[in-house]
Amino acid sequence: MPLHFELVTPAKQVRSEEVHMVVVPGTEGEFGVLEGHAPFMSTIRDGAVQVYKSEGAEPETIEVKGGFAEVGENGLTVLAEHVEA
Amino acid sequence: MASLKELKDRIGSVKSTQKITKAKQMVAAAKLRRAQAAAEAARPYAERLSAVMGSLAGKVSGDSAPKLLAGTGSDKRHLLVLVNTDKGLCGGLNSNLVKEAKAQAKKLIAEGKDVSFYLVGKKGRAPIKREYPNDIAKHFDTSTVRTPGFEEADAIAAELIEMFDADQFDVAHLIRPEFQSALVQNPTTTQLIPVPSPEASEDSDAVVEYEPGEEEILEELLPRYVKTQLFGALLEREASEQGASMTAMDNATRNAGDLINKLTIQYNRSRQAAITTELIEIIAGAEAL
Repeated sequence: MPLHFELVTPAKQVRSEEVHMVVVPGTEGEFGVLEGHAPFMSTIRDGAVQVYKSEGAEPETIEVKGGFAEVGENGLTVLAEHVEA
Repeated sequence: MASLKELKDRIGSVKSTQKITKAKQMVAAAKLRRAQAAAEAARPYAERLSAVMGSLAGKVSGDSAPKLLAGTGSDKRHLLVLVNTDKGLCGGLNSNLVKEAKAQAKKLIAEGKDVSFYLVGKKGRAPIKREYPNDIAKHFDTSTVRTPGFEEADAIAAELIEMFDADQFDVAHLIRPEFQSALVQNPTTTQLIPVPSPEASEDSDAVVEYEPGEEEILEELLPRYVKTQLFGALLEREASEQGASMTAMDNATRNAGDLINKLTIQYNRSRQAAITTELIEIIAGAEAL
């Protein structure tokens, strides 16, 4: 089952896609989100979001700055102020 | 009756004015499309943010709520954040905004409140200064950058929150143009600080876990929310400016065209009159011989 992942900045929607897993740099430590994760909300620190397109694939890293992550029924949403692809 | 030469010069000057307004109209039309796209692209972020705010604000309430949400406890001193454009040639946009700001100020003063202004953009400065010379708290200049973006919104929000923390005002209102179409841009006033409690979204059964904590997240979220509001205002301003400019310049171009037609007819009439007089003179001279 894929995880729906959205990355949004004030200027535009950067990503909206189905992925396997995303590792998010939370303020209190990194956490990985898979499909079916419990509802969760966390602020994030500046760092890299790692996107695993499929299991075992090389992660794609996206540098984000300032924001927070929300895991809900519709998957993972990362709201970041700055994104460097 | 103006002489032929004067008329000709007049036609020439109206023609070159028409060229300018036409060029400005086309530039505005091109920029409008971009500004509109930018305003639309910013919407998902704002929507998400308010949704999250809604679900959080419902949970954190009472005394533990951060100051930005709860307010200072009084509503004596009001700050009007007025977002104007930097450039003119956009019809009644700026004067409508200023009118709205003055109306709000008058209303608040009538209620016995203190009012001060925080001006964004150049065009609001002069008219507000004329009426409220001592009440302008700050002026934020956006004319140095080509298209104001998130950095500017960031800077404005930081300054506003700093002023709020320094206890310089109790309530801040944001007055900005609301872009509806190229023809309609209405000034709207919304409360900015303290952040109006968003309607709590219907709680889903799922228990959401928060990291670090609900309050900490809310505390971080509120400045971000203010920032997003300002960013939205800047984008709307951009779209409104271009829309209003396009409409105003379209009108101006058409008026110039009408004026040129009228002047040309007048010019031709007086030319014919001059020729007729000359002919009569020659004929009369020949007959006298």
